[in-house]
Amino acid sequence: MAVTGFLTDSTLCIGCKACEVACKEWNDVPVDGFDWSGLSYDNTLALGASTWRHVKFVEHQPKAGCGGNSPHLSWEFSSDVCKHCENAGCLESCPTGSIVRTEFGGVFVQPDICNGCGYCVVSCPFGVIDRRVGDGRAFKCTFCYDRQKAGMQPACAQACPTSSILFGDLERLHGVADERIETLHRNGLEDARIYDPVDSSVGGIHAFFIVRGDPRSYNLPKSPEIPTVRVAAGWKSAGAAAAVMIGASLMVFALSGRESCR
Amino acid sequence: MTGRVPDESSERRLYELRREAERTGRVEGEGIRPAGAPFPAATSENGYYGLPLLKTPTWTWEVPLYFFVGGAAGAAATIASAAAITRGSGHVVREGRRIALVGALVSLPLLISDLGRPARFLNMLRVFKRQSPMSVGVWTLVAFSTSATAAVLSDELRNHGRGGAPIRAIGTLSGLIAGATGAMMSVYTGVLLGATVVPVWSRNIAILPVHFAASSLGSASSILEMRVGRNRALGVLATISAVLETGLALMPLIAKKVATRAPVLTRSDRASRMLFAAEVLSGPVVLSLRSVGSSRARRLAGLCAIAGSLLTRYGWVEAGRESVREQGAGL
Repeated sequence: MAVTGFLTDSTLCIGCKACEVACKEWNDVPVDGFDWSGLSYDNTLALGASTWRHVKFVEHQPKAGCGGNSPHLSWEFSSDVCKHCENAGCLESCPTGSIVRTEFGGVFVQPDICNGCGYCVVSCPFGVIDRRVGDGRAFKCTFCYDRQKAGMQPACAQACPTSSILFGDLERLHGVADERIETLHRNGLEDARIYDPVDSSVGGIHAFFIVRGDPRSYNLPKSPEIPTVRVAAGWKSAGAAAAVMIGASLMVFALSGRESCR
Repeated sequence: MTGRVPDESSERRLYELRREAERTGRVEGEGIRPAGAPFPAATSENGYYGLPLLKTPTWTWEVPLYFFVGGAAGAAATIASAAAITRGSGHVVREGRRIALVGALVSLPLLISDLGRPARFLNMLRVFKRQSPMSVGVWTLVAFSTSATAAVLSDELRNHGRGGAPIRAIGTLSGLIAGATGAMMSVYTGVLLGATVVPVWSRNIAILPVHFAASSLGSASSILEMRVGRNRALGVLATISAVLETGLALMPLIAKKVATRAPVLTRSDRASRMLFAAEVLSGPVVLSLRSVGSSRARRLAGLCAIAGSLLTRYGWVEAGRESVREQGAGL
């Protein structure tokens, strides 16, 4: 089975949030409250246990000559989603084996296995997966595993009216993205770029993005790191500490010897 | 959520805008940017409107308490094994094993009740994943609680005159296993925290296991001392732990002079204060009380070491919660 991917192009997004709605409907994701945030037109704010697609309304100052609707403000929309990492922190840390890699290359949480230990929550460098209050289990984008199995595209991609969300063969999408960047640069959007941290320990993402300017304005980390890279250092230190503890105990008792101790 | 806060200047500007619109029929100005407004706030440094990128740890109060109980129980088993191997006090061996068992029995419900779905705890035992410190830790706890139970059972059987050679052998072997896995119990929780994306934990992954080992050793030797009375070996172990804790308490001060990047602690206040209090309580306070020499001072030193050890775990977990909310964390 070919590895599939998402290419989310923020230069095509109109912020209609159809992807959010389609995702909620298809996957039966519950409501997660409603508060006025005062942050642009975004009242959802972040991905979470009950938000698997999230449209960001990024107000930032554009580089001169790079378009935007005012010299002071450019308004980018970008539909965020689980990145389905090549090396996924959540998958590696999951102690139950609930999180698995599917035949389409996506990262999938098996809801019948997850026991809500919460370790994946602190293992995701993109802050995607979270434990659902009331339910207790961890949830995130399933990459519409059920729809993909039926040979269909994910609900968000299907609903997107501007082809900002493209779904398909990951290899092909990389080609599409390169072409799109060329076009954008030719049209004067010189700050358009691909966000796909291939050089980090994440090793690339299956749901990658076209953004404008610094990806960090979109809360996309510059060099995301999976926690697994530190595990060896941790065990080395732990082994040394445990050895010292055992050694010290042995030595102390050996030296204080057969002295009576009642 | 961070809302816009109207202030004098924002209200004055609104009034000016209305006057301008009334007079000229159009507004040429830039509009209004009240203090605290998010416009335009999506930047490289702040990220997306300063909203935290990373998720806050979901762990509740049971987890740091488990870190403490499991660590102390583990270290008690290690001390008991060391005493058994060196043919030290039989009293220390028996009490150490009992404390290990009680700790293991308390640890399990703590660990289970923290789960979002406690009934599915056994799913932890579907797989063993060495790349996941939590998986390694759960299996360590299983091995530890099993061997601690066997060790105490064998002791009890022998007390009641039923201990044949096989029972004695099982007791010795399980005591040794409990001692080894007990040391793991004291340190693995440091790796568990360190191997995450939480900045303050992952930055300190090398220090966390050492800190937890010192802390566990301090609380276990103190609890044991309270049970068996004065014992030189236990006193030395408690002192070693207190010296280590003192070193950790001084570390941020030293580090600030030696290197620009302080290796321990966050910039955040509450957790820093908790951790500093914990280190002072289980370090210098214990040392000075022990130097007094009276049995009352020793008892007090024990209580301080236990309280400090507990506070250490709550401090580190709190530090993690604060750390993900720091500006630009994870960006």
